[in-house]
Amino acid sequence: MSTGALYNDQGGAETAVEAGTESAPTSSSTGAAFGLFSADFKKNEDLKEMLESNKESHKLEAMKRVVGLIAKGKNASELFPAVVKNVASKNIELKKLVYVYLVRYAEEQQDLALLSISTFQRALKDPNQFIRASALRVLSSIRVPIIVPIMMLAIKEAAADLSPYVRKTSAHAIQKLYSLDADQKEQLIEVIEKLLKDKSTLVAGSVVMAFEEVCPDRIDLIHKNYRKLCNLLVDVEEWGQVVIISMLTRYARTQFTSPWKEDAVFDENNEKAFYDSDSEEKKGQTESKPYIMDPDHRLLLRNTKPLLQSRNTAVVMSVAQLYWHLAPKHEVSIVTKSLVRLLRSHREVQYIVLQNIATMSIQRKGMFEPFMKSFYVRSTDATHIKTLKLEILTNLANEANISTILREFQTYVKSQDKAFAAATIQAIGRCATNISEVTDTCLNGLVLLLSNRDETVVAESVVVIKKLLQTQPTQHSEIIKHMAKLFDNITVPMARASILWLMGEYCERVPKIAPDVLRKMAKTFTTEEDIVKLQTVNLAAKLYLTNSKQTKLLTQYILNLGKYDQNYDIRDRTRFIRQLIVPNEKSGALNKYARRILLAPKPAPVLESAFKDRDRFQLGTLSHSLNIKATGYQELSDWPAVAPDQSVRNVEVIEPVKEWAPLVGKAKQPKSDDKFYSDEEEEKDEEESESSGSDDSSSSSSSSSSSSSEGLFYDFMLPCELHDTDSTSLLSLYLFINLLLCLSAQSQVTTPSFSPVKTYELLHHMSGKGLAAKYHFPRQPCLYQPNMVAVQVILTNCSDHSLEEIHIGDRSPASLNIHCFNTIERLEPEASVTVSMGIDFSDSTQAANFQLCTKTDQFSVSIQPAVGELLMPSSMTEEEFCKDQGKLLGMNETSATITMATANTSSLAINKQLLSVANVGVVSSSQNNIHRFAGRTVSSGALVLVSLELRESSTALLTINTEKSIMASMLLRDLKQALAMA
Amino acid sequence: MIHSLFLINHTGDIFLEKHWKSVISRSVCDYFFEAKEKAGDPENVPPVLQTPHHYLITIYRGKLFLLSVIQTEVPPLFVIEFLHRVADTFQDYFGECSEGVIKDNVVTVYELLEEMLDNGFPLATESNVLKEMIKPPNILRSVVNTLTGSSNVGDTLPTGQLSNIPWRRAGVKYTNNEAYFDVIEEIDAILDKSGTTVFAEIQGVIEACVRLTGMPDLTLSFMNPRLLDDVSFHPCVRFKRWEAERVLSFIPPDGNFTLMTYHVSSQNLVAIPVYVKQSISFFESGSCGRLDITLGPKQTMGKMVEGLTVTIHMPKTVLSANLTATQGNYTYDLATKVLVWDIGKLNPQKLPNLKGSLSVQAGAPKPEENPSLNIGLKIQQLAISGLKVSRLDMYGEKYKPFKGVKYVTKAGKFQVRT
Repeated sequence: MSTGALYNDQGGAETAVEAGTESAPTSSSTGAAFGLFSADFKKNEDLKEMLESNKESHKLEAMKRVVGLIAKGKNASELFPAVVKNVASKNIELKKLVYVYLVRYAEEQQDLALLSISTFQRALKDPNQFIRASALRVLSSIRVPIIVPIMMLAIKEAAADLSPYVRKTSAHAIQKLYSLDADQKEQLIEVIEKLLKDKSTLVAGSVVMAFEEVCPDRIDLIHKNYRKLCNLLVDVEEWGQVVIISMLTRYARTQFTSPWKEDAVFDENNEKAFYDSDSEEKKGQTESKPYIMDPDHRLLLRNTKPLLQSRNTAVVMSVAQLYWHLAPKHEVSIVTKSLVRLLRSHREVQYIVLQNIATMSIQRKGMFEPFMKSFYVRSTDATHIKTLKLEILTNLANEANISTILREFQTYVKSQDKAFAAATIQAIGRCATNISEVTDTCLNGLVLLLSNRDETVVAESVVVIKKLLQTQPTQHSEIIKHMAKLFDNITVPMARASILWLMGEYCERVPKIAPDVLRKMAKTFTTEEDIVKLQTVNLAAKLYLTNSKQTKLLTQYILNLGKYDQNYDIRDRTRFIRQLIVPNEKSGALNKYARRILLAPKPAPVLESAFKDRDRFQLGTLSHSLNIKATGYQELSDWPAVAPDQSVRNVEVIEPVKEWAPLVGKAKQPKSDDKFYSDEEEEKDEEESESSGSDDSSSSSSSSSSSSSEGLFYDFMLPCELHDTDSTSLLSLYLFINLLLCLSAQSQVTTPSFSPVKTYELLHHMSGKGLAAKYHFPRQPCLYQPNMVAVQVILTNCSDHSLEEIHIGDRSPASLNIHCFNTIERLEPEASVTVSMGIDFSDSTQAANFQLCTKTDQFSVSIQPAVGELLMPSSMTEEEFCKDQGKLLGMNETSATITMATANTSSLAINKQLLSVANVGVVSSSQNNIHRFAGRTVSSGALVLVSLELRESSTALLTINTEKSIMASMLLRDLKQALAMA
Repeated sequence: MIHSLFLINHTGDIFLEKHWKSVISRSVCDYFFEAKEKAGDPENVPPVLQTPHHYLITIYRGKLFLLSVIQTEVPPLFVIEFLHRVADTFQDYFGECSEGVIKDNVVTVYELLEEMLDNGFPLATESNVLKEMIKPPNILRSVVNTLTGSSNVGDTLPTGQLSNIPWRRAGVKYTNNEAYFDVIEEIDAILDKSGTTVFAEIQGVIEACVRLTGMPDLTLSFMNPRLLDDVSFHPCVRFKRWEAERVLSFIPPDGNFTLMTYHVSSQNLVAIPVYVKQSISFFESGSCGRLDITLGPKQTMGKMVEGLTVTIHMPKTVLSANLTATQGNYTYDLATKVLVWDIGKLNPQKLPNLKGSLSVQAGAPKPEENPSLNIGLKIQQLAISGLKVSRLDMYGEKYKPFKGVKYVTKAGKFQVRT
């Protein structure tokens, strides 16, 4: 019966909705005249109903449609009240879509948007890091100035979160807050400073981005983190790499001296050494002089080099520009291959890379010359790609390869793409001026092109020939004659103008033809383009000076025509020329110099690359691409003459990551074993004092009460939101409560519950030439990186001499992430020292192999962790345990019935045995026969839940729930063994 | 960084917009339309444009423009690479990146864009990570979702995001464990009229499809790694191992991915698998032309040449083609002036030939240059550079995976000038 009722219920709801949708058209039929508007209105009306319905699926459907509207750029702002109510929905997809909506419209509906804020604040305290992070993301994306203080607090808190993902989100939020309210800069810089110290690769890229956006001039913040950033770089995600590399490029240009003088200094030195080789003293002096690269400078170059092999083109380009701007000249060429490789990529990538190569190839032909053929043009290339390739080929041309290039150009000239053919002609012209050997060949080739059928080609040839002839005018009257013949057939104004200019300039070489050309021009003067008219006037003037007998009348005729021309430039020019060349009483002294003015030898134009001055911009930037200084472009400073203090980059000791994860830090503090058990109490005290210290107004008791009042308040707000939204007093009260809430932090304590004593041999003193090493797992959170397992190594010197420089050498697999101990300078005989290191096993029991080195020897050693050491204890209640266990069933569950040694059946013994195998936490259990233990894997933080259910006659059911099934089976085996033993 | 994104179809309609910071009016796209108008062909639109207040960076893919609006200095490649990554993700999710599928899946697209960028800075671009957060659509799942009310959006942080191997999701399980590697080589070449090689090089890529349980650690080694001149790797490959031992050591992403791309050192002479005999001529008068093309095998290493095609971009004045092919079919697209001759397998005994006349617009001048031929071909079971995979080892897991390597040679940008 109950199912029947349910069915009816549902049916009822559905009909109601149907009625709703049906009623809409009837109601709007009256307003049909409104056309489009009414249709929109009608649609939104039913969306509103759906959003307010009780059924999740209707709401979701409605939100999907709303997002569709947003995507199309339609206005959906009037739905704001209906949408915002769903912000606390349990359905994660619905919630996300509401977030999308909120971020889009919050700026327009600030008052209503505030209603959602308490939800985010609650989510900021969620134990799930994903929810914390997404709450911060949305909270910081809502561009409502009134919540700036709340954002600030949230950012500060998130910056100290245990989860690197949340910290990353906070770094993003910094930029958002800064763009919303620049007054917060000082406080934000503090957060940036803190986050820059973060050792997680996840955070590095984002915080450097924030740094670049908020305070790119605060270079001093980088000093201490410089080496860390260099070392982390390879492991940072690719987008972060780009940002970090460009920041470090700027940094390096302010901190190191130029490596480019090296060659000069070196040569000089050689010379000196040659002459003074016998004088020891002087040699010492000169030796101090040569350039020595700062080791930090070298570190940057070395660590970025592997990134040239990245699949991300932006990363490759940024490394290339780093080398271009920072590396010694002879090292730059290692980037060539990688850049040429990028030419295989998408068209847009090619475009940018070719632009940069064009700039590089002007200064450094040698770099790209071996790859010349990679720049050959294909008929299918886009026009802008073709032009760039042509540019590069021209830059690369030299005596040796010019014949190959010219042959290639011949093919291009015939291209169907006429604009490209014209560009090729210009390129030929440039080659001809730059390489004197081929000038004649080029000129002849260009003259041949004058008989081309295509007008643009001919015109371009004329213009280029004009330029070429200027460089060596003596021998080319034949060409000028030829061009005069062509003159009638050429219609492109620029080409006609060029020919006229040539005639005038060299009229003495073609004394018979020039006047005739002028005669023709006089006929057509009125129909010519302006530029042609100007050159006709010039030609007339020059001829008048050299050959006034034949051309006097023609000149006067043309000057008369020009006098009444519509264009004032031409009228102006005519007036000027007339005064200059025709002597009369008014014209003064200038007249005498007319010949020297008009017929002065003119310097030949220099044909240059369009990319010549692009190197004023940093390569790879937007400014370089556009050849315009873009907004926010940071000038790359020149090398300092004297390097600033190098010691600023020294990092003294590894600071405990206290600020970051105070709890982790504290758990580590008590080194001696006996303190572990009293830890928890101590911590509580500390925490309490801390919270009261940091903010007097909110003691821990008040925070708990406010959290309950917040719930009430939220409930109270929602119903009233539609009626009364702008009561400011209510709002400020509301914000105040929110602020209070921000201050109460929540956290989870995890301390190792058992300190094992099992010690393993790392290196026997026989094989280690006197150096013996043992290790054990202290089961403390690793202080270097949270995903590392802490290992303590005890090094003993069993030989009779002291050992020096004990350190860790190569490791394999090479990517193995080890935090090494600091080099031990000296270990006396019989002395021993305990050092701690961190190893990231990535949740696998694969051995970490590395080399333990002394000054003289290297020993390959390996640490193979037991599976139980890859865990860290996690504290939870029995309820939480059962809940999490319920989520990890099926494939994630491994269980076995085991036989236990009789001695092991007491709960104390079980705890002892189990904890000796695995680093897990005991979960207090209400049932006597069931023991529960919880832990997380160190690397990925996956839950590992162990439960042991005692059965009769010393058997028991051992169950392990975790998504890491391999670990589960291994752990099961180990536990089985341990429990079977007495 | 990236302020807004507009998706524009090739006719110039903006069909999707997304803003990561405050809203920018879509009128900003007018500057782009202006440039597009000027360029004519969509491929010729400059990728970077400047407007009074913004900068526009555009990519063109699959008849779509992805236009991003930038306000301050940023490396243009950063944006371009990201936009292509967006297009790749759409392709990965919906099978293609076209206006139709994007419109059909607008909600998923929006969810993806939301996750991929935060405040204009890339957040999650790894396909493995995204797929854990937002499930790709498929029919079965959408039916299940409507029945059970569950959603396509995951509520936990993808494990990949946090670990130092973000490309692989945790807890991968397969009943059949398999790893396939396709070595695909492309010949880029320009041959001149007489058939001599102006320029030729080999570009290779290793595409992998790995479905292995757990956290396998793979090592792939080559018989002749010295052939490889320049390489780029998926982030999973340990570069130091490559530098030291010339082996690829990696923990693979789950599913399909590009393991590496390489360039074969230019000292080696590149074998050109086919030769082309062609004569294309246009007559000065009579408004017609003649075309005669024959293809034959050259250095095929004893393998069959398949999928042979010839594509010719004819001069604009060519009106129609009246040809006969001894093998395969030809089509001439009047609008784009593209002649495609699809030959198929190359039979060494009976060489394929295409012959006939072209009719040219009356009165138009004879085309200056003969059109060049673009050759497409495929040779199975052969890597033309001679590269060979010697072995694949797996560490870290106990089971025995099924392994396979396939070699294919294709023509890349293979052009014959005439």
